[in-house]
Amino acid sequence: MNRKNKNNIHMEDRQGKPVDSMALDDEKRIKILSPGLLVFKRFIRNKLAITGAIFILAMFIFSYFGGWLMPYREDEVFTKYVDMSKVYAAVSENTEYKFITTDNTEFPMIARSQFVLASNNDRNLFESQGVSYSIEKLADELFVVFNTREVAVVSIILGNTNVALSDPSMGPSFIERLEEAVDAGEETFTYNDKKYLLVQGKKNYLAYELEPLALATLNRYDFISADISVSYDFAFAMELAMHELMETGEKSRLITVGGVEYEMEVEEEKASIYLRNNGDRTLYANISRYLVESIYQDVFISIDFKDQVKAMMSEGVEGVQDFVYVNIDGEEEEYTIERNNTEWVIRWIEDTLVIKAYDPPSKEHIMGTDGNGMDILTRLMYGGRISLMIGFIVVVIETMIGIILGGIAGYFGKWVDNLIMRIVDTFNSIPSLPIIIIIGAMMDAQRVDPKIRMIYLMFILAFLGWPGIARMVRGQILSLREQEFMIATEATGLSVSKRIFKHLVPNVIPQLIVISTLSLGGVILTESVLSFLGLGVKFPFASWGNIINAVSNVHVMTNYLFVWIPAGFCILITVLGFNFIGDGLRDAFDPKMKR
Amino acid sequence: MRNYIIKRLFLSVLILFFVAFIIYAIMRSIPTSYVEAIARERANLPGSKSYTEWIQQLNQIYGLDSGIIKGFFGWIGTVVQGDFGDSWVYNVPVVEKFRETIWYSFALGSISFIIQVSIAVPLGILAARKQYSKTDYAVTVVALVGISLPIFFFATILKLVFSINLGWFELYGTVGRFYEQLDGWGKFLDLAKHYVMPIATIVIVGIGGLMRYTRTNMLEVLNSDYIRTARAKGLTERRVINYHGFRNTLIPIVTIIGGSIPGLFAGALITETLFGITGIGKTAYDAMVGGDIPFSMFYLLFLAALTLLGTLIADILYAVVDPRVRVN
Repeated sequence: MNRKNKNNIHMEDRQGKPVDSMALDDEKRIKILSPGLLVFKRFIRNKLAITGAIFILAMFIFSYFGGWLMPYREDEVFTKYVDMSKVYAAVSENTEYKFITTDNTEFPMIARSQFVLASNNDRNLFESQGVSYSIEKLADELFVVFNTREVAVVSIILGNTNVALSDPSMGPSFIERLEEAVDAGEETFTYNDKKYLLVQGKKNYLAYELEPLALATLNRYDFISADISVSYDFAFAMELAMHELMETGEKSRLITVGGVEYEMEVEEEKASIYLRNNGDRTLYANISRYLVESIYQDVFISIDFKDQVKAMMSEGVEGVQDFVYVNIDGEEEEYTIERNNTEWVIRWIEDTLVIKAYDPPSKEHIMGTDGNGMDILTRLMYGGRISLMIGFIVVVIETMIGIILGGIAGYFGKWVDNLIMRIVDTFNSIPSLPIIIIIGAMMDAQRVDPKIRMIYLMFILAFLGWPGIARMVRGQILSLREQEFMIATEATGLSVSKRIFKHLVPNVIPQLIVISTLSLGGVILTESVLSFLGLGVKFPFASWGNIINAVSNVHVMTNYLFVWIPAGFCILITVLGFNFIGDGLRDAFDPKMKR
Repeated sequence: MRNYIIKRLFLSVLILFFVAFIIYAIMRSIPTSYVEAIARERANLPGSKSYTEWIQQLNQIYGLDSGIIKGFFGWIGTVVQGDFGDSWVYNVPVVEKFRETIWYSFALGSISFIIQVSIAVPLGILAARKQYSKTDYAVTVVALVGISLPIFFFATILKLVFSINLGWFELYGTVGRFYEQLDGWGKFLDLAKHYVMPIATIVIVGIGGLMRYTRTNMLEVLNSDYIRTARAKGLTERRVINYHGFRNTLIPIVTIIGGSIPGLFAGALITETLFGITGIGKTAYDAMVGGDIPFSMFYLLFLAALTLLGTLIADILYAVVDPRVRVN
């Protein structure tokens, strides 16, 4: 009698027909449940199993629907603007000579250092890399460097002056001038607008032709625009004028360089140069001992700003001092200045774009962000998908291998069973975690793509995980095949594959479900351990294991609990859920164990 | 009985042989570029052998230049003689490094195991006796939570609570900073202190399995006919449980405990690495991550041998403890 008929009878009974003639063992009195329903009833009576089912359902909804609802992507990096005090410029007193060379000449670095040595030792001639140079001291810490060429040797023997020219192009008038200079005891002389130097040797004089090369000064020139650079002629005139003004105590003076009229005003050790144009004057440059340099290559610091800074420094800076600079557009900019040994550091507050690393939970990021500035909640959801997916795929593969090999071994017995069981024993003895670690380390070194890596991981886990299932299937089938229904299948002449997979395997399904559910939890655990070690699922893919990986940094472990605690509980709850369900299913399928 | 043991022994050796072959095959399929890169990297470190020496040694031990079958038998030949080559990461013979580290692991494993057994067996029996009581549920939940706990997560929580917040233990290491200056007793205490958290981790995470196993077996025993007979005979409940029940439960428990003993030498790979215990587990982990082929091969073979030995001991013990098995 099938179920439908039974129900019909029942319905008729309820429609008022007398039922007094029903016997105690009448079929109608007993509510017959299908085996599946029985298992289900026993399952839902188990509180732990229900808890587990709720856990798993919750994790599924969380991972799949959550990831779908979340507005963020798995690997979306969040950034924010932060006011950061950054170094803007540094000010220092200039202690190194700046060399302002004439047009189209070169003053090599080595020669520059030779100059410093020579000037410190008060020598006026020095040589570098086969080139001779001479120095003329204009004032304290102000020199002109010349390219020097020997032109003549003047020897005086018994009152007779004898001139040997190195350069035959020099005419007799030059020799005359030279002799005159020697007689007068001049050190330098001019001839034809060129400067010459006379150096007295032991018995003779050496004459050198001087070609101006560079002006060496400790002063720095700040111009109103970044395009203007200082020229030799300009600097020469300005330095001289400035020096004279400081000596005489005058306040200002007019200077003409290259047809342009400038006005210089001197105050203490600073000088301002104005461009004069029909009686108007505009600021053109400043000269001072201070070097104000921005740490940014492309930033030109205006002359006003420099003036303001210099003024502050001459008043003396104590501690950290705030100041406001009004720029050309009339906007106020805030800076701080601080003395740092021989340097002054100017900082400003800058809006800086930074990654939101370890942002605590907020409205925008309910669970905060991780070290890469990614939303933890989103990553937990996607991580759940990956962990669950890996778990399911691995279990499906290992169950299939297990059913096939276990089924064949159990059904055929004898040497087939022996062979397969030895294979099972062999695989069972292979230490799986170390092998996966070795392969993971190797894939790390070979830079295997994270996606391909994940596929490898699944296959390796499945390949090493099937022996337990095969052993269980084989054991069950060994006992099942002795039962009457198997003799019946043999009698009806069913094919072997049909007998195994249609009649034997379905009878193993309850145990299979139990063992698969339990191994699902195990696979997820293994995967999380590997990802935690950095050898499993890799960035950019999220996995609960690799989220917890952040704790390898003790600072994160102690200060950012919100980064790793939720992921840990996700793993715990999921694995616990599978274990509760597996446990409950085992009890439900095998009531003998319970009662 | 003797025949049975000899047969099992022979089978185990045979399986070990096949496992060794699979391990060797895995090693052979490692890309050459990886091996060479590691050898080159190693050779650059101070005090290391030269690149050619490493490669030569590798060729010599594993017969990389000959066919896979020939190479395998050559390797097995050297292994049987106890020669596993020199570790790449540690620069000493593999066996020497193994001797240095194994006792740290054994101490860790055996202490945790003793604690596990002495907690799990009584609790499992208690749960079975009071099936469906609150105690039973509590034991089941604790066992399952233990099984489900990710080891690294639990270890991290322990570290956070006990070493960072409470400051009782150190975060990493087998011994403290001043270990060398301590006297014998102090050294022991220092070592013991560093072992507390790893042992706690292993015990909590591993206790569930044994607890569940004990409970299931005790339930089976309590449902059997001879227990009913004992009760019918009018024995006290205490005698029924402790004498008739417990002794029969011991059969599978002794078997599984015996089978677990070789595993005590295997080292706790993850726990040792997390707590910086310089046992075989951490040593092997560093070697494997560092591409140290000789040490990894040794460790894999060692673990396989331990697993087989464990099954062998369990099977033999089962036959010894339970006379019913011997008949078949």
